[in-house]
Amino acid sequence: MTAVSEAAVIKKIHEEAIMNVKENLKYSKSHEWVEEIDATTVKIGLSDFAQHELGDLVFVNLPEVGDTVTAGETFADVESVKAVSDVFSPVTGTVSAINEELLDNPAAINEDPYGAWFVEVKEVSDKEELLDSAAYSKLCEEA
Amino acid sequence: MDKKTALYDCHVACGGKMVPFAGYILPVQYETGVIKEHMAVRQKAGMFDVSHMGEVLFEGPDALKNLNHILTNDFTNMVDGQVRYSVMCYDNGGCVDDLIVYKYNDEKYFVVVNAANREKDVKWIQEHISGDVKFTDVSDDYSQIALQGPLAHDILSKLCDAEKLPAKYYYFSPEVEVDGVKCIVSQTGYTGESGYEIYMPNEFAPKLWNALLETGKEFGLIPCGLGARDTLRLEAGMPLYGHEMNDSIDPLETGLKFGVKMKKEFIGRDAIEAKGAFTRKRVGLKVTGRGVARENEKVFVGDKEIGWTTSGTHCPFLGYAVAMAILDIDYTEIGTQVEVDIRGRRVSAEVVALPFYKKAN
Repeated sequence: MTAVSEAAVIKKIHEEAIMNVKENLKYSKSHEWVEEIDATTVKIGLSDFAQHELGDLVFVNLPEVGDTVTAGETFADVESVKAVSDVFSPVTGTVSAINEELLDNPAAINEDPYGAWFVEVKEVSDKEELLDSAAYSKLCEEA
Repeated sequence: MDKKTALYDCHVACGGKMVPFAGYILPVQYETGVIKEHMAVRQKAGMFDVSHMGEVLFEGPDALKNLNHILTNDFTNMVDGQVRYSVMCYDNGGCVDDLIVYKYNDEKYFVVVNAANREKDVKWIQEHISGDVKFTDVSDDYSQIALQGPLAHDILSKLCDAEKLPAKYYYFSPEVEVDGVKCIVSQTGYTGESGYEIYMPNEFAPKLWNALLETGKEFGLIPCGLGARDTLRLEAGMPLYGHEMNDSIDPLETGLKFGVKMKKEFIGRDAIEAKGAFTRKRVGLKVTGRGVARENEKVFVGDKEIGWTTSGTHCPFLGYAVAMAILDIDYTEIGTQVEVDIRGRRVSAEVVALPFYKKAN
Protein backbone atom coordinates (compact mmCIF):
# COMPACT_ATOMS: atom_id res chain seq x y z
CA MET A 1 0.00 0.00 0.00
CA THR A 2 1.21 3.51 -0.68
CA ALA A 3 1.70 5.89 2.25
CA VAL A 4 -1.36 7.93 1.20
CA SER A 5 -3.76 5.00 0.97
CA GLU A 6 -2.42 3.48 4.19
CA ALA A 7 -3.08 6.74 6.02
CA ALA A 8 -6.60 6.83 4.58
CA VAL A 9 -7.28 3.29 5.80
CA ILE A 10 -6.00 4.10 9.28
CA LYS A 11 -8.10 7.27 9.43
CA LYS A 12 -11.21 5.33 8.42
CA ILE A 13 -10.60 2.66 11.05
CA HIS A 14 -10.00 5.40 13.64
CA GLU A 15 -13.20 7.22 12.70
CA GLU A 16 -15.31 4.10 12.73
CA ALA A 17 -13.93 2.99 16.06
CA ILE A 18 -14.48 6.29 17.84
CA MET A 19 -18.09 6.75 16.83
CA ASN A 20 -19.36 9.92 18.35
CA VAL A 21 -17.87 10.76 21.73
CA LYS A 22 -18.92 14.09 23.25
CA GLU A 23 -16.02 15.95 24.78
CA ASN A 24 -17.68 17.65 27.76
CA LEU A 25 -19.09 14.42 29.21
CA LYS A 26 -17.64 11.71 31.39
CA TYR A 27 -18.07 8.01 30.65
CA SER A 28 -18.31 4.74 32.55
CA LYS A 29 -16.61 1.56 31.40
CA SER A 30 -20.07 0.11 30.77
CA HIS A 31 -20.76 2.82 28.17
CA GLU A 32 -23.02 5.18 30.06
CA TRP A 33 -22.34 8.93 29.74
CA VAL A 34 -22.51 11.28 32.73
CA GLU A 35 -23.20 15.01 32.57
CA GLU A 36 -22.05 16.68 35.78
CA ILE A 37 -24.60 19.44 36.33
CA ASP A 38 -23.16 20.44 39.69
CA ALA A 39 -21.17 18.81 42.48
CA THR A 40 -24.03 16.51 43.52
CA THR A 41 -26.29 16.39 40.46
CA VAL A 42 -25.78 14.40 37.28
CA LYS A 43 -27.68 13.30 34.19
CA ILE A 44 -27.07 9.81 32.79
CA GLY A 45 -27.54 8.32 29.33
CA LEU A 46 -26.08 5.75 26.92
CA SER A 47 -23.17 6.53 24.62
CA ASP A 48 -23.22 6.37 20.83
CA PHE A 49 -21.05 3.26 21.02
CA ALA A 50 -23.62 1.58 23.28
CA GLN A 51 -26.65 2.41 21.13
CA HIS A 52 -24.84 1.17 18.06
CA GLU A 53 -23.99 -2.14 19.76
CA LEU A 54 -27.54 -2.60 21.04
CA GLY A 55 -29.26 -1.95 17.73
CA ASP A 56 -32.79 -0.63 17.28
CA LEU A 57 -34.30 -0.10 20.73
CA VAL A 58 -38.00 -0.79 21.17
CA PHE A 59 -38.51 -0.55 24.93
CA VAL A 60 -37.09 1.17 28.00
CA ASN A 61 -37.69 0.46 31.68
CA LEU A 62 -36.86 3.43 33.92
CA PRO A 63 -36.86 3.73 37.71
CA GLU A 64 -39.23 6.09 39.46
CA VAL A 65 -38.55 9.54 40.87
CA GLY A 66 -37.44 9.06 44.46
CA ASP A 67 -35.77 5.69 43.85
CA THR A 68 -32.21 5.19 45.04
CA VAL A 69 -29.56 4.27 42.52
CA THR A 70 -26.25 2.71 43.47
CA ALA A 71 -22.92 3.08 41.68
CA GLY A 72 -22.14 -0.04 39.66
CA GLU A 73 -25.65 -1.49 39.88
CA THR A 74 -28.39 -1.59 37.27
CA PHE A 75 -31.04 1.06 37.45
CA ALA A 76 -32.78 0.66 34.08
CA ASP A 77 -32.94 -1.67 31.11
CA VAL A 78 -33.34 -1.26 27.39
CA GLU A 79 -34.73 -3.74 24.93
CA SER A 80 -33.82 -4.17 21.32
CA VAL A 81 -35.86 -6.41 19.08
CA LYS A 82 -33.58 -9.29 20.00
CA ALA A 83 -32.65 -8.89 23.64
CA VAL A 84 -32.76 -6.91 26.85
CA SER A 85 -29.69 -5.16 28.27
CA ASP A 86 -29.06 -3.67 31.67
CA VAL A 87 -28.03 -0.06 32.10
CA PHE A 88 -25.70 0.57 35.04
CA SER A 89 -25.62 3.62 37.28
CA PRO A 90 -22.22 5.27 37.49
CA VAL A 91 -23.25 7.06 40.70
CA THR A 92 -25.05 6.58 44.01
CA GLY A 93 -27.87 9.02 44.66
CA THR A 94 -31.60 9.70 44.38
CA VAL A 95 -33.53 9.88 41.12
CA SER A 96 -34.89 13.42 40.83
CA ALA A 97 -36.26 13.25 37.27
CA ILE A 98 -36.86 10.67 34.56
CA ASN A 99 -37.06 11.29 30.84
CA GLU A 100 -40.64 10.17 30.14
CA GLU A 101 -40.19 10.79 26.43
CA LEU A 102 -38.04 7.65 26.27
CA LEU A 103 -40.94 5.52 27.46
CA ASP A 104 -42.91 6.38 24.33
CA ASN A 105 -40.01 6.79 21.96
CA PRO A 106 -37.11 4.49 22.81
CA ALA A 107 -35.75 5.02 19.29
CA ALA A 108 -34.60 8.47 20.48
CA ILE A 109 -31.72 6.68 22.20
CA ASN A 110 -30.50 5.44 18.81
CA GLU A 111 -31.16 8.72 17.01
CA ASP A 112 -29.73 11.11 19.59
CA PRO A 113 -27.89 9.19 22.32
CA TYR A 114 -26.47 12.29 24.00
CA GLY A 115 -29.81 14.10 24.00
CA ALA A 116 -31.76 11.04 25.20
CA TRP A 117 -31.00 11.31 28.93
CA PHE A 118 -32.47 8.55 31.13
CA VAL A 119 -32.47 10.05 34.61
CA GLU A 120 -31.30 13.00 36.62
CA VAL A 121 -29.76 11.98 39.94
CA LYS A 122 -29.35 14.30 42.95
CA GLU A 123 -27.59 13.88 46.30
CA VAL A 124 -24.77 12.07 44.55
CA SER A 125 -22.63 10.56 47.29
CA ASP A 126 -20.46 8.12 45.37
CA LYS A 127 -19.13 7.89 41.84
CA GLU A 128 -17.50 5.06 39.93
CA GLU A 129 -14.20 5.74 38.28
CA LEU A 130 -15.23 7.77 35.22
CA LEU A 131 -13.30 8.29 32.01
CA ASP A 132 -12.90 11.55 30.15
CA SER A 133 -13.78 11.62 26.47
CA ALA A 134 -10.23 10.85 25.31
CA ALA A 135 -9.87 7.84 27.60
CA TYR A 136 -13.35 6.62 26.64
CA SER A 137 -12.57 6.96 22.93
CA LYS A 138 -9.54 4.77 23.49
CA LEU A 139 -11.66 2.20 25.34
CA CYS A 140 -14.08 2.04 22.42
CA GLU A 141 -11.27 1.69 19.90
CA GLU A 142 -9.90 -1.28 21.75
CA ALA A 143 -13.31 -2.93 22.08
CA MET B 1 -14.81 -24.36 14.50
CA ASP B 2 -17.84 -22.66 12.92
CA LYS B 3 -18.16 -22.93 9.16
CA LYS B 4 -18.53 -20.12 6.66
CA THR B 5 -21.19 -20.28 3.98
CA ALA B 6 -20.20 -19.53 0.38
CA LEU B 7 -21.63 -16.03 0.91
CA TYR B 8 -19.47 -15.07 3.90
CA ASP B 9 -17.44 -12.48 2.01
CA CYS B 10 -20.63 -10.99 0.52
CA HIS B 11 -22.01 -10.44 4.03
CA VAL B 12 -18.85 -8.77 5.22
CA ALA B 13 -18.84 -6.56 2.12
CA CYS B 14 -22.46 -5.59 2.85
CA GLY B 15 -21.55 -4.65 6.42
CA GLY B 16 -23.01 -7.76 8.07
CA LYS B 17 -22.61 -8.26 11.82
CA MET B 18 -21.42 -11.87 11.85
CA VAL B 19 -22.43 -14.28 14.62
CA PRO B 20 -22.23 -18.05 15.18
CA PHE B 21 -25.47 -19.90 14.42
CA ALA B 22 -26.10 -23.63 14.04
CA GLY B 23 -22.42 -24.29 13.38
CA TYR B 24 -22.07 -21.50 10.82
CA ILE B 25 -21.05 -17.84 10.86
CA LEU B 26 -23.96 -15.76 9.57
CA PRO B 27 -25.11 -12.14 9.70
CA VAL B 28 -27.57 -11.37 12.50
CA GLN B 29 -28.15 -8.01 10.84
CA TYR B 30 -26.46 -5.48 8.58
CA GLU B 31 -25.95 -1.76 9.25
CA THR B 32 -29.61 -1.28 8.36
CA GLY B 33 -30.67 -3.09 11.53
CA VAL B 34 -33.38 -5.63 12.29
CA ILE B 35 -36.32 -3.25 12.09
CA LYS B 36 -35.49 -1.81 8.65
CA GLU B 37 -34.72 -5.30 7.35
CA HIS B 38 -38.01 -6.66 8.68
CA MET B 39 -39.96 -3.77 7.15
CA ALA B 40 -38.20 -4.17 3.79
CA VAL B 41 -39.52 -7.73 3.54
CA ARG B 42 -43.04 -6.65 4.48
CA GLN B 43 -43.10 -3.68 2.09
CA LYS B 44 -40.63 -4.35 -0.72
CA ALA B 45 -38.13 -7.21 -0.66
CA GLY B 46 -35.34 -8.66 1.39
CA MET B 47 -32.88 -11.46 0.85
CA PHE B 48 -31.36 -13.94 3.26
CA ASP B 49 -28.45 -16.36 3.17
CA VAL B 50 -30.04 -19.63 4.28
CA SER B 51 -27.22 -21.88 3.09
CA HIS B 52 -26.91 -23.36 6.56
CA MET B 53 -30.13 -25.34 6.05
CA GLY B 54 -29.70 -29.06 5.46
CA GLU B 55 -30.78 -30.89 2.32
CA VAL B 56 -31.17 -34.65 1.91
CA LEU B 57 -32.33 -36.90 -0.93
CA PHE B 58 -34.54 -39.98 -0.92
CA GLU B 59 -34.26 -41.90 -4.21
CA GLY B 60 -35.55 -45.23 -5.47
CA PRO B 61 -38.74 -47.30 -5.66
CA ASP B 62 -39.17 -47.28 -1.87
CA ALA B 63 -38.56 -43.56 -1.42
CA LEU B 64 -42.25 -42.73 -0.95
CA LYS B 65 -42.83 -45.65 1.39
CA ASN B 66 -40.01 -44.46 3.62
CA LEU B 67 -41.16 -40.84 3.66
CA ASN B 68 -44.66 -41.90 4.67
CA HIS B 69 -43.31 -44.10 7.45
CA ILE B 70 -40.78 -41.66 8.87
CA LEU B 71 -42.71 -38.38 8.44
CA THR B 72 -46.13 -37.35 9.75
CA ASN B 73 -47.63 -36.08 6.49
CA ASP B 74 -48.93 -38.21 3.62
CA PHE B 75 -46.97 -37.79 0.40
CA THR B 76 -48.90 -40.29 -1.69
CA ASN B 77 -50.90 -37.90 -3.84
CA MET B 78 -48.24 -35.28 -4.49
CA VAL B 79 -47.66 -34.20 -8.07
CA ASP B 80 -44.18 -33.70 -9.51
CA GLY B 81 -43.03 -30.19 -8.61
CA GLN B 82 -45.06 -29.96 -5.44
CA VAL B 83 -43.71 -29.08 -1.99
CA ARG B 84 -45.21 -30.32 1.28
CA TYR B 85 -44.51 -29.43 4.91
CA SER B 86 -44.15 -32.18 7.51
CA VAL B 87 -42.92 -33.04 10.95
CA MET B 88 -40.72 -35.99 11.86
CA CYS B 89 -41.51 -37.64 15.22
CA TYR B 90 -39.90 -39.86 17.78
CA ASP B 91 -41.66 -43.05 18.87
CA ASN B 92 -43.13 -41.17 21.83
CA GLY B 93 -44.72 -38.55 19.56
CA GLY B 94 -42.25 -35.77 20.39
CA CYS B 95 -40.73 -33.94 17.42
CA VAL B 96 -37.35 -34.65 15.84
CA ASP B 97 -37.66 -31.73 13.39
CA ASP B 98 -39.99 -29.98 10.99
CA LEU B 99 -39.09 -29.91 7.31
CA ILE B 100 -40.35 -29.55 3.75
CA VAL B 101 -40.42 -32.22 1.04
CA TYR B 102 -39.95 -31.42 -2.66
CA LYS B 103 -41.22 -34.11 -5.05
CA TYR B 104 -39.16 -34.43 -8.22
CA ASN B 105 -40.92 -37.65 -9.25
CA ASP B 106 -42.20 -40.89 -7.71
CA GLU B 107 -38.63 -42.03 -7.06
CA LYS B 108 -36.90 -38.79 -6.09
CA TYR B 109 -37.65 -36.50 -3.14
CA PHE B 110 -35.53 -33.56 -1.93
CA VAL B 111 -36.04 -32.76 1.76
CA VAL B 112 -34.96 -29.52 3.48
CA VAL B 113 -34.32 -29.64 7.23
CA ASN B 114 -33.36 -27.19 9.96
CA ALA B 115 -29.66 -26.39 10.08
CA ALA B 116 -29.41 -27.04 13.81
CA ASN B 117 -30.95 -30.51 13.44
CA ARG B 118 -29.23 -31.73 10.30
CA GLU B 119 -26.88 -34.26 11.89
CA LYS B 120 -29.57 -35.52 14.23
CA ASP B 121 -32.07 -35.84 11.36
CA VAL B 122 -29.64 -37.72 9.12
CA LYS B 123 -28.86 -40.18 11.91
CA TRP B 124 -32.53 -40.70 12.74
CA ILE B 125 -33.46 -41.30 9.12
CA GLN B 126 -30.55 -43.68 8.58
CA GLU B 127 -31.73 -45.72 11.57
CA HIS B 128 -35.30 -45.96 10.29
CA ILE B 129 -34.95 -46.35 6.56
CA SER B 130 -35.52 -49.70 4.79
CA GLY B 131 -36.00 -51.32 1.42
CA ASP B 132 -34.92 -50.13 -2.00
CA VAL B 133 -34.05 -46.53 -1.24
CA LYS B 134 -30.90 -44.45 -1.45
CA PHE B 135 -30.59 -41.75 1.21
CA THR B 136 -27.93 -39.05 0.83
CA ASP B 137 -27.02 -35.90 2.72
CA VAL B 138 -26.40 -33.30 0.01
CA SER B 139 -26.31 -30.25 2.32
CA ASP B 140 -22.73 -29.37 1.48
CA ASP B 141 -23.54 -29.27 -2.24
CA TYR B 142 -26.03 -26.42 -2.02
CA SER B 143 -26.10 -22.78 -1.06
CA GLN B 144 -29.48 -21.16 -0.62
CA ILE B 145 -30.79 -17.62 -0.91
CA ALA B 146 -34.30 -16.68 0.21
CA LEU B 147 -35.80 -13.74 -1.70
CA GLN B 148 -38.92 -12.60 0.12
CA GLY B 149 -41.42 -9.75 -0.13
CA PRO B 150 -44.14 -8.36 -2.41
CA LEU B 151 -41.55 -7.37 -5.04
CA ALA B 152 -39.66 -10.68 -5.01
CA HIS B 153 -41.29 -11.91 -8.23
CA ASP B 154 -40.55 -8.68 -10.08
CA ILE B 155 -36.90 -8.83 -9.06
CA LEU B 156 -36.35 -12.51 -9.83
CA SER B 157 -38.13 -12.19 -13.19
CA LYS B 158 -35.41 -9.82 -14.35
CA LEU B 159 -32.79 -12.53 -13.91
CA CYS B 160 -34.59 -15.50 -15.44
CA ASP B 161 -37.38 -16.58 -17.75
CA ALA B 162 -40.35 -15.85 -15.52
CA GLU B 163 -42.37 -18.57 -17.23
CA LYS B 164 -40.00 -21.13 -15.72
CA LEU B 165 -40.68 -19.99 -12.15
CA PRO B 166 -43.07 -22.02 -9.97
CA ALA B 167 -46.51 -20.53 -10.46
CA LYS B 168 -48.06 -21.41 -7.12
CA TYR B 169 -47.19 -21.33 -3.45
CA TYR B 170 -45.55 -24.58 -2.33
CA TYR B 171 -44.45 -25.59 -5.79
CA PHE B 172 -40.93 -25.68 -7.23
CA SER B 173 -39.06 -25.77 -10.51
CA PRO B 174 -36.14 -28.19 -10.44
CA GLU B 175 -34.06 -26.22 -12.92
CA VAL B 176 -34.37 -22.50 -13.61
CA GLU B 177 -31.49 -20.51 -15.07
CA VAL B 178 -31.10 -17.49 -12.82
CA ASP B 179 -28.49 -15.11 -14.20
CA GLY B 180 -27.19 -18.06 -16.20
CA VAL B 181 -26.88 -20.35 -13.15
CA LYS B 182 -28.99 -23.52 -12.97
CA CYS B 183 -30.99 -23.34 -9.73
CA ILE B 184 -33.82 -25.06 -7.90
CA VAL B 185 -36.45 -22.41 -7.24
CA SER B 186 -39.42 -22.92 -4.93
CA GLN B 187 -42.25 -20.63 -3.97
CA THR B 188 -41.68 -21.11 -0.27
CA GLY B 189 -40.43 -19.06 2.62
CA TYR B 190 -40.35 -18.39 6.33
CA THR B 191 -41.51 -14.79 6.46
CA GLY B 192 -45.25 -14.71 5.82
CA GLU B 193 -44.69 -12.84 2.55
CA SER B 194 -44.66 -14.18 -0.99
CA GLY B 195 -41.24 -15.04 -2.28
CA TYR B 196 -38.81 -17.68 -3.37
CA GLU B 197 -36.11 -19.93 -2.01
CA ILE B 198 -33.31 -20.44 -4.51
CA TYR B 199 -30.82 -23.32 -4.29
CA MET B 200 -27.58 -23.15 -6.24
CA PRO B 201 -24.16 -24.81 -6.36
CA ASN B 202 -21.86 -23.17 -3.80
CA GLU B 203 -19.42 -21.79 -6.36
CA PHE B 204 -22.14 -19.65 -7.98
CA ALA B 205 -23.73 -18.32 -4.80
CA PRO B 206 -21.76 -15.04 -4.63
CA LYS B 207 -22.50 -14.32 -8.30
CA LEU B 208 -26.22 -14.78 -7.69
CA TRP B 209 -26.19 -12.82 -4.44
CA ASN B 210 -24.56 -9.87 -6.17
CA ALA B 211 -26.82 -10.11 -9.23
CA LEU B 212 -29.92 -10.07 -7.02
CA LEU B 213 -28.57 -7.19 -4.97
CA GLU B 214 -27.81 -5.16 -8.08
CA THR B 215 -31.08 -5.95 -9.85
CA GLY B 216 -33.11 -5.47 -6.70
CA LYS B 217 -31.63 -2.08 -5.82
CA GLU B 218 -34.24 -0.07 -7.74
CA PHE B 219 -36.98 -2.07 -6.03
CA GLY B 220 -35.62 -1.36 -2.57
CA LEU B 221 -34.20 -4.86 -1.96
CA ILE B 222 -31.81 -5.09 0.96
CA PRO B 223 -29.94 -8.02 2.50
CA CYS B 224 -31.48 -9.22 5.78
CA GLY B 225 -30.01 -11.18 8.66
CA LEU B 226 -31.06 -13.81 11.17
CA GLY B 227 -32.57 -11.21 13.48
CA ALA B 228 -35.16 -10.15 10.91
CA ARG B 229 -35.69 -13.79 9.89
CA ASP B 230 -36.82 -14.51 13.43
CA THR B 231 -39.04 -11.45 13.89
CA LEU B 232 -40.68 -12.08 10.51
CA ARG B 233 -41.49 -15.72 11.19
CA LEU B 234 -42.72 -14.88 14.69
CA GLU B 235 -44.97 -12.08 13.47
CA ALA B 236 -46.36 -14.54 10.90
CA GLY B 237 -47.02 -17.06 13.68
CA MET B 238 -44.68 -19.67 12.22
CA PRO B 239 -43.23 -22.24 14.60
CA LEU B 240 -39.52 -22.77 15.15
CA TYR B 241 -38.12 -26.12 16.23
CA GLY B 242 -36.67 -25.93 19.69
CA HIS B 243 -39.30 -23.36 20.67
CA GLU B 244 -42.88 -24.16 19.61
CA MET B 245 -42.01 -27.84 19.15
CA ASN B 246 -39.30 -30.07 20.53
CA ASP B 247 -38.77 -33.66 21.61
CA SER B 248 -41.33 -33.35 24.39
CA ILE B 249 -44.03 -31.43 22.52
CA ASP B 250 -46.00 -33.31 19.88
CA PRO B 251 -46.98 -31.70 16.56
CA LEU B 252 -50.70 -31.63 17.35
CA GLU B 253 -50.03 -29.65 20.54
CA THR B 254 -48.05 -27.23 18.38
CA GLY B 255 -51.14 -26.86 16.17
CA LEU B 256 -49.71 -28.55 13.08
CA LYS B 257 -52.70 -30.77 12.34
CA PHE B 258 -52.46 -29.89 8.63
CA GLY B 259 -49.11 -31.67 8.47
CA VAL B 260 -50.05 -34.72 10.52
CA LYS B 261 -52.11 -37.47 8.93
CA MET B 262 -53.36 -39.60 11.80
CA LYS B 263 -55.18 -41.91 9.39
CA LYS B 264 -51.91 -43.38 8.14
CA GLU B 265 -49.09 -45.14 9.96
CA PHE B 266 -46.01 -43.13 10.92
CA ILE B 267 -43.39 -43.24 13.66
CA GLY B 268 -44.96 -41.69 16.75
CA ARG B 269 -48.56 -41.93 15.58
CA ASP B 270 -49.71 -44.45 18.18
CA ALA B 271 -48.15 -42.50 21.02
CA ILE B 272 -49.90 -39.30 19.91
CA GLU B 273 -53.26 -41.09 19.65
CA ALA B 274 -52.82 -42.75 23.04
CA LYS B 275 -52.58 -39.32 24.66
CA GLY B 276 -56.26 -38.75 23.93
CA ALA B 277 -57.71 -35.27 24.23
CA PHE B 278 -55.37 -32.26 24.35
CA THR B 279 -54.08 -31.14 27.72
CA ARG B 280 -52.17 -28.18 26.32
CA LYS B 281 -51.87 -26.20 23.07
CA ARG B 282 -49.82 -23.50 21.32
CA VAL B 283 -51.47 -20.09 21.32
CA GLY B 284 -50.62 -16.58 20.29
CA LEU B 285 -50.35 -13.89 22.97
CA LYS B 286 -50.59 -10.17 22.45
CA VAL B 287 -48.82 -8.25 25.23
CA THR B 288 -51.26 -5.61 26.48
CA GLY B 289 -49.18 -4.30 29.39
CA ARG B 290 -45.75 -2.65 29.34
CA GLY B 291 -42.98 -5.00 28.32
CA VAL B 292 -41.61 -7.36 25.72
CA ALA B 293 -42.30 -11.04 26.39
CA ARG B 294 -39.47 -13.38 25.37
CA GLU B 295 -39.10 -17.14 25.30
CA ASN B 296 -39.27 -19.35 28.39
CA GLU B 297 -41.26 -16.98 30.53
CA LYS B 298 -43.99 -18.35 32.79
CA VAL B 299 -47.60 -17.56 32.05
CA PHE B 300 -50.11 -17.10 34.89
CA VAL B 301 -53.79 -16.63 35.49
CA GLY B 302 -53.96 -15.21 38.97
CA ASP B 303 -51.56 -17.29 41.06
CA LYS B 304 -51.89 -20.34 38.84
CA GLU B 305 -49.03 -21.12 36.48
CA ILE B 306 -50.69 -22.27 33.24
CA GLY B 307 -47.85 -22.56 30.77
CA TRP B 308 -44.80 -20.88 29.28
CA THR B 309 -43.83 -18.71 26.34
CA THR B 310 -41.94 -20.41 23.51
CA SER B 311 -40.94 -17.31 21.55
CA GLY B 312 -41.52 -13.59 21.92
CA THR B 313 -40.46 -10.27 20.52
CA HIS B 314 -41.52 -6.75 19.68
CA CYS B 315 -43.02 -6.91 16.16
CA PRO B 316 -41.62 -4.22 13.91
CA PHE B 317 -44.56 -4.23 11.48
CA LEU B 318 -47.41 -4.62 13.95
CA GLY B 319 -45.78 -2.26 16.44
CA TYR B 320 -46.50 -4.29 19.57
CA ALA B 321 -45.03 -7.22 21.46
CA VAL B 322 -46.29 -10.74 20.84
CA ALA B 323 -45.39 -14.19 22.03
CA MET B 324 -46.29 -17.77 21.28
CA ALA B 325 -46.91 -19.98 24.26
CA ILE B 326 -47.92 -23.50 25.22
CA LEU B 327 -50.82 -23.18 27.66
CA ASP B 328 -53.04 -25.59 29.59
CA ILE B 329 -56.01 -26.34 27.37
CA ASP B 330 -58.51 -24.63 29.71
CA TYR B 331 -56.90 -21.26 29.04
CA THR B 332 -56.48 -21.38 25.26
CA GLU B 333 -59.69 -19.67 24.20
CA ILE B 334 -59.23 -16.44 22.26
CA GLY B 335 -59.65 -13.47 24.55
CA THR B 336 -58.38 -15.21 27.70
CA GLN B 337 -56.56 -12.68 29.88
CA VAL B 338 -53.23 -13.90 31.24
CA GLU B 339 -50.04 -12.52 32.73
CA VAL B 340 -46.50 -13.21 31.61
CA ASP B 341 -43.68 -13.12 34.15
CA ILE B 342 -41.16 -10.84 32.45
CA ARG B 343 -38.00 -10.82 34.56
CA GLY B 344 -39.94 -10.76 37.82
CA ARG B 345 -42.75 -8.44 36.69
CA ARG B 346 -46.24 -9.69 35.81
CA VAL B 347 -47.27 -8.13 32.51
CA SER B 348 -50.77 -8.53 31.13
CA ALA B 349 -51.35 -10.30 27.82
CA GLU B 350 -54.27 -11.71 25.90
CA VAL B 351 -54.74 -14.92 23.90
CA VAL B 352 -55.21 -13.97 20.24
CA ALA B 353 -55.65 -15.88 17.00
CA LEU B 354 -52.64 -17.00 15.00
CA PRO B 355 -51.10 -15.76 12.81
CA PHE B 356 -50.53 -12.30 14.25
CA TYR B 357 -49.85 -10.99 10.76
CA LYS B 358 -51.17 -12.19 7.43
CA LYS B 359 -50.20 -10.68 4.09
CA ALA B 360 -52.89 -8.79 2.20
CA ASN B 361 -53.71 -11.34 -0.48
